[in-house]
Amino acid sequence: MITAGIDIGAKTVKVIVLKDGKIAGKAVDLGGFDQRGTSDRLFRKALAEAGADIKDVKMIVATGAGKGEFPHANEPVTEVTADARGANVIHPRGRTVISVGAEEGRAIKTDAQGRVVDFAVNEKCAAGAGAFTESMARALELKVEDMGALSLLSTNAVPMNAQCAVFAESEVVSLVHAGTSKQDISRAIHDAIASRISSMARRISVENDVVLIGGVAKNKGFVESLKRDLATEVFVPQDPEFVSALGAAHIAFEKASKLGGS
Amino acid sequence: MVEYWRWKEYRWTAPDADWKNAKTISCGIDVGSVSSQAVIMTDGNLYAYSNMRTGSNSPDSARRALDWALEGTGLKQENMHFIVGTGYGRINIPFANKAITEIACHARGANFMYGPTVRTVLDMGGQDCKAIRCDEKGKVTAFLMNDKCAAGTGRGMEVFADLLQVHIEEVGDLSFKVDKEPPPVSSTCVVFAKSEASALLRKGVPKNEVLAAYCSAMAHRVFSLLERLGVEKDFGITGGISKNKGVVDRLTKELGITSLTPRYDPQVAGGVGAALFAKSLVEKQRAG
Amino acid sequence: MKANYGYKDGSGEFFITIDTDKCNSCGDCAKVCPPKVIVMITNDYDEVVPAVAEEHRKKIKYDCAPCKPMSGPRNLPCVVACKPTAIVHSW
Repeated sequence: MITAGIDIGAKTVKVIVLKDGKIAGKAVDLGGFDQRGTSDRLFRKALAEAGADIKDVKMIVATGAGKGEFPHANEPVTEVTADARGANVIHPRGRTVISVGAEEGRAIKTDAQGRVVDFAVNEKCAAGAGAFTESMARALELKVEDMGALSLLSTNAVPMNAQCAVFAESEVVSLVHAGTSKQDISRAIHDAIASRISSMARRISVENDVVLIGGVAKNKGFVESLKRDLATEVFVPQDPEFVSALGAAHIAFEKASKLGGS
Repeated sequence: MVEYWRWKEYRWTAPDADWKNAKTISCGIDVGSVSSQAVIMTDGNLYAYSNMRTGSNSPDSARRALDWALEGTGLKQENMHFIVGTGYGRINIPFANKAITEIACHARGANFMYGPTVRTVLDMGGQDCKAIRCDEKGKVTAFLMNDKCAAGTGRGMEVFADLLQVHIEEVGDLSFKVDKEPPPVSSTCVVFAKSEASALLRKGVPKNEVLAAYCSAMAHRVFSLLERLGVEKDFGITGGISKNKGVVDRLTKELGITSLTPRYDPQVAGGVGAALFAKSLVEKQRAG
Repeated sequence: MKANYGYKDGSGEFFITIDTDKCNSCGDCAKVCPPKVIVMITNDYDEVVPAVAEEHRKKIKYDCAPCKPMSGPRNLPCVVACKPTAIVHSW
C-alpha cells in the first residue's frame, strides 16, 4: 500500500512516500514563492523514486504551516501530532520531542505510542527558531553549517544580551568590532537559541529520551549547546527535517489500513 | 553604499542666551543604544544640546555628545554644577554625578517639553519603546518599556528603510503617497514582516504601499502597548520615531487622540529630564 | 506607580506588573522567587520596591517558565507571598 506525508514548512517542503509502511521515496526543496507548485513537483519526484503512480496512493496526509496548499492531501494533521508520530517511529524510546524549524520551535511530551501528552510552542518570534541562526550566520558572513562547526571550537562562553534576532545582529557586529573571536560568537549564538528552546521544553518537563528533529537539528553547534543546557543526551535522527513528513505518512498508513486498503 | 538609516546629527544653542549669570548650570546626558544627546540648562532653561549617533563605546559617546553641545559656548565641563546620566549607557558615564533611569527622565522631560498638562508620554527610541503615565509635576505614575523586541522601535524601521531603499527621514511622507491605505503586514516580528514585505514587493506591490503596510503594523503594535497602560489626555510623543509621520499619524488616528506639539526637539526629552533632575539635586545639596 | 516589566513580541504579551503604591516593601516576593527574577531595588523616587532584575527582564517568558508549567496547577510564589497583592502576571 502506498501512502504519503507532506510537510509544507515556512521555508522548505518535505515529502515521504511509504510502501507498506517503509520509506520508498523522499524529496525536499525550498518552498519558494509557489508552495503549491513546489509541493506538487516534490510529490511526483518522491513517487517516481518509489516507483509508484499517483493513482496507487491510498492516502496523503499534510502537515506544516502551509498544509492547506497541497490540493491532493486527503486530510491535515497538526505539526505537533506529526512530529510526535514521526519521532516515535524513528526512536520509540523518545518521550520528549523537540522540533525546531525555520519559523517555529515546539516541545512535545509523548507516550510510548507516540501520542501527544503535552506541548509548548515558540511561535511568531524569529528568536525562537531557525530564522535566528540564519540571520546571525549572515551577520558573520558564514554559512549556517560552517557557523555550527565553528562554534564547536569555542572554549569560551560569551553571553548574548539581545533576545531578538534584529538586536542580536547589532550585538554580533559589536562583538566582532570588540575583537571577540568568530568561534566564541558562534557559540554564543547557539547557546542563546538553545537556552530559549530548552526553557520552552522545561514547561512540559523534560523526560528522557530527548529526540531533536526539524531542519535546525542539522546544526551541530545548536545540538551541542542544547545538550549542555538540558544536561542530558539528545538523539538526532538521520534526515531530521523529514521526521514530521514521516509522521504524517505513517498516520496516513494507519488510517488507510483501518479503511481496509490492499 | 547608501546608508538609508542615517539621519542628520546636529547641535543647537539658545539664541541670545548667556550662561555666565546663571545660578545653576545643570547637564543631562542620555546615552541610548542608537542615539545620544547632551543637554545643558541654565536655571532650568534650555541653553544648548547635541544629538548624535551613539558609537560603539558608551563613555566615549557621552564625552563626544557633551563636547559637541559645549562647542562655541565658552562653557566647559568644570562649569557644570551637576551632571545626570540616563539611557541604556547611563551606568557607563564616568564623569556623571548620578544615574537616573530613562523612564523618570522622559516623564520629567516631557513635562518640560509639553507643559504640565501632559499625562501620557510615548517614547519611541532606537532600540526600545516606552509608554509612561505621569502627573502634573512630571513624576511617573505608571510605565511600560519594551526593549526586547525590535517591533515598534527605530531599529525595526531601519530594517524596512534598508529593504525598501528609502531614506529613514522620507519614510513618513512616502507612506502616504498611496492610492488607498493597504492592510498592515500581518506579523509583529520584524524578521517575518520583512519576509512578508519581500513577497509583496515580488508580487509587484508598489514600494510606498509596502511602507504604509509596515507603518500601519508598527502603529498598531505601539497602540496595543499604550492600551495596556491606558491613555489619559494630554498625550505627547518623544524619541526619534516621533519624527516619522507614517507611524505617528496612523497611531493617533487609532487612538482617537491628537498628540501635543513639543516646544523643542522631541529627541532630547530624556536629556532635558536628566538636566532637570540635576538642577533639583544641586538645589537640594545647597539647601543642606 | 504601576511598573510594568516585560515585553510584547510575536508570540505574546509577557508582563509582570508591580504596583508600588500597594507595596509595603516587605521583600517576601524577592525571597521566594526561585530564579531571582524579582529583586528589591531603591527606585528613582527613593522607594524600596520590587523590580524585575535587569538580566531577566528581556526573557521573563523563559525565566518564569519553571513556575508556569503547560499543564498542572499554577502556583506563582511571588504572587502568593504578596499580602497587599501588588504583583500581577499578565500570562
